[in-house]
Amino acid sequence: MARVVVDVMLKPEILDPQGQAVQRALPRLGFAGISDVRQGKRFELELDGPADEATLARIREAAETFLANTVIEDFTVRVEEEAK
Amino acid sequence: MSQKHLDTVSHAAETPDAEQPWAELGLKQDEYQRIRDILGRRPTGAELAMYSVMWSEHCSYKSSKVHLKQFGEKAPASDAMLVGIGENAGVVDVGQGYAVTFKVESHNHPSYIEPYQGAATGIGGIVRDILAMGARPVAVMDPLRFGAADHPDTKRVLPGVVAGIGGYGNCLGLPNIGGEIVFDPCYQGNPLVNALCVGVMKHEDIHLAKASGAGNQVILYGARTGGDGIGGVSVLASETFSDSGPAKRPAVQVGDPFQEKLLIECTLEVFAEKLVVGIQDLGGAGLSCATSELASAGSGGMRVELDRVPLRDATLSPEEILMSESQERMCAIVEPGKVARFLEICEKWDVIATVIGEVTDGERLEIFWHGEQVVDVPPRTVAHEGPTYQRPYARPDWQDELQADAPTAERLKRPVSGDELKAALLTLAAHPNQADKSWVTSQYDRYVLGNTVLAQPEDSGMIRIDEETNLGVAIATDGNGRYAKLDPYTGAQLALAEAYRNVAATGAKPLAVTDCLNFGSPEDPAVMWQFAEACRGLADACQVLGTPVTGGNVSLYNQTGETAIHPTPVVGVLGVIDDVNRRTPMAFAEEGQLIYLLGDTEDELGGSAWAQVAHDHLGGLPPKVDLERERLLGEILIAASRDGMIDAAHDLSDGGLAQALVESCLKGGRGARIVVPQGTDPFVLLFSESAGRAIVAVPRSEELRFTDMCGARGLPAARIGVVDGDSIEIQGHFSVALDELRTAHLETFPALLG
Repeated sequence: MARVVVDVMLKPEILDPQGQAVQRALPRLGFAGISDVRQGKRFELELDGPADEATLARIREAAETFLANTVIEDFTVRVEEEAK
Repeated sequence: MSQKHLDTVSHAAETPDAEQPWAELGLKQDEYQRIRDILGRRPTGAELAMYSVMWSEHCSYKSSKVHLKQFGEKAPASDAMLVGIGENAGVVDVGQGYAVTFKVESHNHPSYIEPYQGAATGIGGIVRDILAMGARPVAVMDPLRFGAADHPDTKRVLPGVVAGIGGYGNCLGLPNIGGEIVFDPCYQGNPLVNALCVGVMKHEDIHLAKASGAGNQVILYGARTGGDGIGGVSVLASETFSDSGPAKRPAVQVGDPFQEKLLIECTLEVFAEKLVVGIQDLGGAGLSCATSELASAGSGGMRVELDRVPLRDATLSPEEILMSESQERMCAIVEPGKVARFLEICEKWDVIATVIGEVTDGERLEIFWHGEQVVDVPPRTVAHEGPTYQRPYARPDWQDELQADAPTAERLKRPVSGDELKAALLTLAAHPNQADKSWVTSQYDRYVLGNTVLAQPEDSGMIRIDEETNLGVAIATDGNGRYAKLDPYTGAQLALAEAYRNVAATGAKPLAVTDCLNFGSPEDPAVMWQFAEACRGLADACQVLGTPVTGGNVSLYNQTGETAIHPTPVVGVLGVIDDVNRRTPMAFAEEGQLIYLLGDTEDELGGSAWAQVAHDHLGGLPPKVDLERERLLGEILIAASRDGMIDAAHDLSDGGLAQALVESCLKGGRGARIVVPQGTDPFVLLFSESAGRAIVAVPRSEELRFTDMCGARGLPAARIGVVDGDSIEIQGHFSVALDELRTAHLETFPALLG
């Protein structure tokens, strides 16, 4: 049993309107000193079995074709043991 | 492209033999040589970037220009034209002191790569074009073409495009009032995503893009500049997608509609306070385009400090800043005394604005990077005096064979019995090209702003522009790639005729035309012939109908490998209606009203929807065009609408009378009883696509007045039936219940797309 986390972020050169909106709001709300904000998505996938190489390869494929839009987004896949 | 040392003008003069990536930037050897000749030295990296994007097909129209000239030369004299071709968009006088500007553009290639953002930024771009004329954008429309409806890639592209259009347009608060959705395998690897915007202003508010008056300040305002779409123009618009070679994939442009909304309000406010001398939106080719075009159209030169441009990514080189296609940016020329007020307004709208340069006495566009000169060019050579090609064109050798393959009764089996005719009607009504499109259009906000009078699926979209007088405008876009493939000259005229008819059918008087010419590679003589013929056909037809082309866009290289799309000229017609309460809808809503068929029906099925749906056949000749008849039909429809003689009208096009009846009956929830006139083949009556026809519903009390008018004007008008019951009955042949029809017509899109 394992949890796999897929983080999806817009590629650095791609405009992130949501991140910019957050960044503009921060100083208005008194949070100074933050020069840039990028907003992404985090997927938590609970596996039935262990996170072996074959499973991770399938998850990478799922991330590449479905969870992330690789034209404009990058993703990372990492294993996180199930928290008890 | 990034260089260790800044490639300054003096450095370029000292190193004449330095290797330059002109080929990678899409320039041809002779074009590169010409740049060297113009400058008398090799261009700097920044100059090369500017020339390469500005001389790309997309920006320079180098292959199409020689043919587009006809739209100006053959333009009919029209009192309505206030601003013609060549500006950001044409402007038309619609009376009561109002002017309307409208334009259609393509965003085909970006929408294939990233459907959502491609389609979204297509809306953003055309909206800024309209805004740059000084008009408030009031509505958008989207003519769309995709590959086969059941192809897996269509399931990727279509939902993305529709969501992108909806997402951007809805956030911006603009109603989407119409357009088209067409499926054909020829668009599989190259969908067509065209976007039209219409804007309204008072005559005195028209603004032109030019920079004049030495000392005036150049202000860049809107979003920060990032790495978006670098090389997008030269790579995306000028090259064919192919599997070979490494992908030169530029950063996809991402749109921010909320930023655009601020830009609209901010721009209209600076216009209202008369703070600007000239203004230009930043679209394809970004700052390269805006600075060179403004300077070229103005009186003198311009000096720009490129390092002042606010960046999203501090590592961008001057070349990249010049080529960036970051969205939601505009460039304004402002007198020095008004700069402070301009910046104040921008600040109020939370829009970043920066003085990046000034207009000069000279005749050079000079660009500096931290004090060092990286560009020194005559702006006209960049913007308006790019290369022009007389591309060879030749009628393709397969054209005769295609035209000879006519869909005669011997060639294609036609339905004869009542059951066969009924099945044909149902199949046609359920085909994705004819089926109900509300799966798509209900994702668009059609009624925001509260002035939408008519929207999809009506014949044309209609917007009220004055809430006191009820003055309104109607717009329709049409195009039929199948017709144009059979005969590009006639096909382009048919597109115009249909859009003209659609506008007239709603009761508006057609005034002006915009066109988006989608074709394959101009380097293919067969494609170039199609393009030349379509331009000639459209220009000739505009002359007869008295509707000048006010502007538009050409999109070439729409092909996958060696296979070009069908030639697809998309034509938008704008009309004016004095009182939108007088509009004519398409729905048959009143029991007992008489159905008249206007125009002549002949055995014309070449390129028809029936031939496609029943036999997957494309051959023969498209329907004939009679422009005088179209004009007469239009006049009758407008007069009948104004004088209250008809309660419904619907143009006949794809799918002929059968499809028109289906749509008018389902929209109104009323059936129709149709009598096939003696001696008429019911199949031809129902499915022929002869042009210059419409059906109308006439109240019995108006019948005499209406038929007298048609008789006096010489327009054939045949009473073919009556609005009645809850089925479409073709007497003596078949009857189909509206419920059955509704199921067939409405379920196609949900079944395909979920």
